[in-house]
Amino acid sequence: MRPFTYERATDAQSAVRAAVETPGARFIAGGTNLLDLMKLEIEQPQHLIDVGRLPMAGIESLADGGLRIGGAATNTAVASDPAVRARFPVLSEAIVAGGSPQLRNKASVAGNLMQRTRCAYFYDTAKPCNKRAPGSGCGALEGLNRNAAIFGASHACVATHPSDMAVALAALDARIETLTPSGESRSFTILDLHRLPGETPQIETHLIAGELITAVVLPPPPPGGQVYRKVRDRASYAGGLASVAVAGGQVALGMVAHKPWRAAEAEGALASGASPAEAIARELDGASTLGRNDFKVPLVARLVAAAIGEANGRGA
Amino acid sequence: MSSVHDWTPTNPVKENRSGLIGKPVDRYEGPLKVTGTAPYAYEVQTPSPPAYGVMVGATIATGRITGVDIAEAEATAGVLIVWTHLNAPTQAPRGTKVHPRSSAGSKPALENDRVTYFGQPVALVVGETLEAATAGAHRVKLTYAEDHPDVDFRARLDAAVSPVGEEDVEIGNFARGFTESPVQLDQTWHTPIQNHCQMEPCASTVWFEGGKCVAHTSVQMVKPAQHGLAETIGIPRDDVHLMTRYIGGGFGGKGQTYDDLVLAALAARALGRPVKVAFTRQQMMHGTIHRPATVMRVRLGAEKDGRLNAMSMMTWTHCHRDGNFTEHASNFSRALYAAPNRLTGHRLVKLDLPGAGPMRAPGEASGTLSLECAMDELAEQLGLDPVELRIRNEPPTDPENGRPFSMRQLVRCLREGAQMFGWDRRLPTPGLVRDGRWLVGMGMAAAIRGNFLLPAKCSFTVDADGVITVKQGMTDIGTGTYTVLAQIAAETLGVPLGQVRVEIGDSELPPAPGSGGQFGAATAGSAALAAGQNLRTAIAELATGDEASPLFGGRPVDVTFQDGLVAIGNRSEALAELIRRAAPEGLTVEGEIRPAADAREWSQQTYGAHYCEVGVDPVTGEVRVRRMLGVFAAGRILNAKTARSQLTGGMIWGVGSALTEGNAVDPRYGSLINQDLAQYLVPVQADIGDLEAIMLDEVDDKANPMGVKGVGELGNSGAGAAVANAIYNACGVRVRDYPITPDKLLAGLIARGL
Repeated sequence: MRPFTYERATDAQSAVRAAVETPGARFIAGGTNLLDLMKLEIEQPQHLIDVGRLPMAGIESLADGGLRIGGAATNTAVASDPAVRARFPVLSEAIVAGGSPQLRNKASVAGNLMQRTRCAYFYDTAKPCNKRAPGSGCGALEGLNRNAAIFGASHACVATHPSDMAVALAALDARIETLTPSGESRSFTILDLHRLPGETPQIETHLIAGELITAVVLPPPPPGGQVYRKVRDRASYAGGLASVAVAGGQVALGMVAHKPWRAAEAEGALASGASPAEAIARELDGASTLGRNDFKVPLVARLVAAAIGEANGRGA
Repeated sequence: MSSVHDWTPTNPVKENRSGLIGKPVDRYEGPLKVTGTAPYAYEVQTPSPPAYGVMVGATIATGRITGVDIAEAEATAGVLIVWTHLNAPTQAPRGTKVHPRSSAGSKPALENDRVTYFGQPVALVVGETLEAATAGAHRVKLTYAEDHPDVDFRARLDAAVSPVGEEDVEIGNFARGFTESPVQLDQTWHTPIQNHCQMEPCASTVWFEGGKCVAHTSVQMVKPAQHGLAETIGIPRDDVHLMTRYIGGGFGGKGQTYDDLVLAALAARALGRPVKVAFTRQQMMHGTIHRPATVMRVRLGAEKDGRLNAMSMMTWTHCHRDGNFTEHASNFSRALYAAPNRLTGHRLVKLDLPGAGPMRAPGEASGTLSLECAMDELAEQLGLDPVELRIRNEPPTDPENGRPFSMRQLVRCLREGAQMFGWDRRLPTPGLVRDGRWLVGMGMAAAIRGNFLLPAKCSFTVDADGVITVKQGMTDIGTGTYTVLAQIAAETLGVPLGQVRVEIGDSELPPAPGSGGQFGAATAGSAALAAGQNLRTAIAELATGDEASPLFGGRPVDVTFQDGLVAIGNRSEALAELIRRAAPEGLTVEGEIRPAADAREWSQQTYGAHYCEVGVDPVTGEVRVRRMLGVFAAGRILNAKTARSQLTGGMIWGVGSALTEGNAVDPRYGSLINQDLAQYLVPVQADIGDLEAIMLDEVDDKANPMGVKGVGELGNSGAGAAVANAIYNACGVRVRDYPITPDKLLAGLIARGL
């Protein structure tokens, strides 16, 4: 770990200001991912701005039936919130499918969105990785890439985004609220938060330098049942091989792309009367695989069809 | 030399008057461990503030270090030492034994510029703090001339040869027996590299005190660690005081020392202050030994009634380029089933991978994953119940050498397990049972593991408070050694458990071989029993010869020990009172155990049967264990709680082997790709459903004077095969390439139209 300085932010405005004024600054809240990466020197921030105690951990119901979740709310607080469990069960299910209780007690909503890939080549500093060391190449491309992306990957990076929570948020049409360094608030859909890897996999979001996620806003839940299903090698505390969030007719996929993947093709097909199996097959027409992750195509096909069926059952 | 018949007479452990033997006594050191106050090697309090060493691992698998730049590392704040092979202190050449009876030779660290495996320690940085040393370690810049690593095991099977000094074992004529069998099975299984993943990574704390090297390390065997360190740093063996008091898991991976010990000692000597060096979790994967991958071909030829005519098990495996370790995955099969025509053997290929070595149930753990599934497949071919198939092939004597079994209750394990588990509810046709989204199936497998007794000593002291102190250079790797030694001492001397102290894990105590091969409890315990009996004799002679004792004038052999009293009939006095008066300095005696000269005239094994029920999600290929039962016969059980924990722990290892564990090798880099516990998946709580281990009553008089045998590895043997067989019964898919992950199972499910 490299030496770094630390400050505890007193308000969001000064936090974003400090973030642009201090070279090598990073926000930290729960630190459940960032600290691990710092110990391995994959992340080397010179300065940490602790935003975990800012007064933005609330969860409030909105007049339209939606919900505003503060960026500093813990994963546990969100997953166990009565309003979330009643109206957005897919979000609650997704959160508890991730990490362990100890991690979820510490991890924040904003931090969950900002967590980095679990690709083994990203974690091993002796291996090439364009995300960790731009220009060094992609170790996973021709390597042990069983868990690589099948949508939107590039020759520079085949990593996936590991978040479960973000997949549910994508299915729920969540909006991200931020504070920019100039003190302005912005709001945009979660689908515009993360980027595909392209030639610059080290740049993972569309946030500008110093921009802070202050809240996640959920619109009223879409009509229909909600389901989150995650496939993993062991029963708990494991990254997924694939996951799916279904909220009515809205479907998002996890661990298949560099970002939570909204299955727009499948949704369109569903809307025009296709069966769940036909719909996800339409989506998977756009998938490409590398050999060891070929199984993800049939896996996603079967998983999504089953999950949509389950959601329909719940919604009935 | 003694004979096993010398072990027949009644002794205090067999009499078990206080009932302490077999009782589920809580762990002797349990309170220390659960309160976080047991000083493991890295947590030992040092006499002065320690410095902290961090090792740097090679980032190539094979080649030479061509450039060393330590300037930035040395300039890092708080860094005290930066060593590579260029400036490390001189150590004895590898293998040196100045003392010819040393149980280990020199193992120099930072030996030269040669790199022979990825992650090999190639530099040490010592700092005032762990953080400073870690920061410095990241700043050591090494350049390499890299050779192409030869690490692709499955691609190199053609290069495998018989291990040095070994030949295939053939009884009868396998080829003919197999060819002439009406029912044949010929299948191949693959198992991956596995890592021990002990909770406590290897670690050492060392300082020098009056010229003597005081070394705390985490190791399963005390003497080789002490001798090896002395030989390496070139000091007399008695000048190394090596301790390993608490060990957070060994599993065979700590059967040897690693560079943390030597480097801590060298740095402590150079700095004149205590130094701590530990492996990081990531470094453990490459930097210590692993269970090597195997390819196992099993051929079974049977009559239509299920009797085996021919059995062959051939194993291909690998070891380090400079090593000679062989994963003897075929060996156990030589004692398991009757068959007149038999062929077993091993092929070994040397690769540029880290060292292969023993890991819990070496041989059996991998081997049963093939043979015990082959038996399941054969049973299906024959239309026989897999339990019945095994019973029909139960040998009357050891099928390989004709020796009588010292004790063999495999059939009883199979039958009682079947009954307790509800095996009769299993449907032989796969894929018929559903529970919600899960297909449910049952599987079983037999378990076998050899039993061993090694030479060991032990001392017992009784002091004027009547406290018995057990001293032995033994180890407790989480297995329960402290506890069973305390039970044996208390039972032997007739005192409450609270009156017993146990000191182990110390090179200055009477030597014992340590923990490994599930020989620990039998070996250490038998020496303790001998010491206890000698102390009884000494106390009895003291009492009957002491005019002030009510026992005066009696015969020493008539003295009994119970409830803290020594007695002859109704004449008694408190043990503490006797010692206070007649031997106020206390009495100390030694005891010793050696294998009997005729012990090898019997085939000695431990046995068991695993039953497992799994759910398979036919949509995703996910497998979840629902319930699992093991029934075991392993001699007298010393402690029902610690023995059960070992057996269930072994079973859980089997679940991991079947479903999740494996280190994948990237042949381009010669390294393992999953390097932490987020990527190397051992079972977690949620993976283990209803799990139980039952121990049958047994006493094996040929094993040792207590009639106990080992359980540390038995639980692992066969457990994974039971899981794999249950998967087949659930969904009709056989995956012969472990671990059985959803991606592999999914392919089979799709092929079956599921």
